[in-house]
Amino acid sequence: MAPVSTERDLRLDLFRGLALWLIFLDHIPSNAVSWVTIRNYGFSDATEIFVFISGYTAAFVYGRAMDQHGFVVSSARVLKRAWQIYIAHVFLFAIYLAEIAYVAHSFDNPLYTEEMGMLDFMKEPDITILQALLLKFKPVNMDVLPLYIVLLAWFPPVLWLLRRAPSTALIASAAFYSLTWWFDWNIPAYPKGVWLFNPFAWQMLFVFGAWCALGGAQRLSRWIDSPIVITLAVLYLGFAFFITLGWYIPRLAALVPHVVNEIIYPIDKTNLDVLRILHFLSLAVITVWFVPRDWPALRSPVFWPAVVCGQHSLETFCLGVFLSFAGHFVFTEISNGLPMQIAVSLAGIGVMVGAAALVSWYRGVERRGPGPRPPAATPSYAGGAP
Amino acid sequence: MKRVPLLLACFSLAWPAVAEQPAECLVAQHQVEQLMPLPRVSAALAAKKLDVLVVGAGSSNLPGPNGARAAYPARLQKALTESLPGVAVKVATDVNAHRTAMEMVKTLAKPLSETKPALMVWQTGTTDAMQAVDQDQFARALDQGINIAHSAGADVILVNAQYSPRTESIIALSIYADIMRWVALQHNIPLFDRFEIMKVWADLGTFDLTGAANKLDIAIRVHNCIGWLLADLVNEAVKQGGPQVEGAKPGGGN
Repeated sequence: MAPVSTERDLRLDLFRGLALWLIFLDHIPSNAVSWVTIRNYGFSDATEIFVFISGYTAAFVYGRAMDQHGFVVSSARVLKRAWQIYIAHVFLFAIYLAEIAYVAHSFDNPLYTEEMGMLDFMKEPDITILQALLLKFKPVNMDVLPLYIVLLAWFPPVLWLLRRAPSTALIASAAFYSLTWWFDWNIPAYPKGVWLFNPFAWQMLFVFGAWCALGGAQRLSRWIDSPIVITLAVLYLGFAFFITLGWYIPRLAALVPHVVNEIIYPIDKTNLDVLRILHFLSLAVITVWFVPRDWPALRSPVFWPAVVCGQHSLETFCLGVFLSFAGHFVFTEISNGLPMQIAVSLAGIGVMVGAAALVSWYRGVERRGPGPRPPAATPSYAGGAP
Repeated sequence: MKRVPLLLACFSLAWPAVAEQPAECLVAQHQVEQLMPLPRVSAALAAKKLDVLVVGAGSSNLPGPNGARAAYPARLQKALTESLPGVAVKVATDVNAHRTAMEMVKTLAKPLSETKPALMVWQTGTTDAMQAVDQDQFARALDQGINIAHSAGADVILVNAQYSPRTESIIALSIYADIMRWVALQHNIPLFDRFEIMKVWADLGTFDLTGAANKLDIAIRVHNCIGWLLADLVNEAVKQGGPQVEGAKPGGGN
């Protein structure tokens, strides 16, 4: 099955860009501005948006490559992309090491003797660095890229199946998700525990995104537009909002019947809880309803900053992780007053937009450069920036 | 800091003043709102005798020879004694650094049977977050610990991790904090939100928690306040549910 449209859907770039901003805001600890992010108003967060759209664009781009160059060449491209992401992850880990080393030698507070134990791993850097290279040791906020690496690494056979038998591929993915819940499958982490984002569970959202890109979205459109589905989505978002509010306002939590608490908790982020999937799907249904594909505003300068970030998601994501470290550094060393938190948040987003624009410009220059070049192979925007 | 006296004025209207609670603690008192009952504590108060067991890890203690006397369990004993006149209050501790929730559960039976508390204050979550313990296992450990305490005749208050601005970007507390919140809701037990309380103090400049230097005096004041606010939580919870108990709270109604 070929991609339904050759025109890239700008909504994907817009919402991936917004998700990257939200991930950045959420990654700065104790950032008051992160109150605007969706995780405070429901069960799912920006990770779901990022994974779904990444699946969608991966199928869109590599699906076309598979048409033009066959399975082997397009698979090689997918794996090259996975390798790029691995390099990016190792780069971020180096920055993390610098940060933790700084904390280790600059901090001696009797209130936090327990927390200082976190720095013990600096005593055996050989093991820690090796475990990080094996993707088993993953510092705070560095769990998304390893998930993405694994998802891409097994994407070639998934894409092959998706193009031949989309329904079978989707059902197989859902079955794998169910088996993961049933048998508690996950990848071990270092020093203890398992991966924070279980790839065996999160693959379902990625594959679902890919399935939508390869014609699934059109097949679903009849359902998505139905008033019943939209009503259900609104009701569910309201329910999730009320429950989430109760986590911060005990008076509201007391109104929730105890049996509801028994059923819904824990809301498992590691294994992509069904409540989270439903929340993401509800958001998606409402979004698609409000923002049609051909909405002219998508090409307006207002949305350009988010769109350009979404078009260069790997660079923007890595920069966001780095900037969240830097923002936290500013908070502890200079000030963490509200004006500073707002300034750091806005400046960070500004830097992300600037960097994405730079990458966009450079890609354009390269593409127009001398000599024949193959068509865009990476998930970059092929249609020219608005 | 100009806001502090104003806040204090508001709180002093809403809350009957408790002897000796330092004003700086009250800045965060709005975080102690509590609607879960503590029936076993209520019964113990009716019998004029309250035994408390604090189970915790490193952040339930302070370093130095006088650390235990200045740490929040000892301050809780003082605060409860003063706010519950006529009740014999005794706070025992089972505190050892670097313990996960599961490790605490494994040794829980002994201190419970020795002290026979009506209330177990359970501080946990930090070590689990640092070691990235499996979340299911963490939730199960909380379940088990609460059930063991309940069947030993003790109510439970969960105490979450400290707000530690300098290590925030290297210890992922939030998921473990969420799990503690959810388990508390499932079991209908109070959660003492130490993280948010300390964050209020840090944000308002009540205590400088960012300072890198070795300042024991601030640590002592922080623990003192945590002890007082924990006592407030106990009194609030007793007031909310269960049989009305005389002396649970000085002063009139809310």
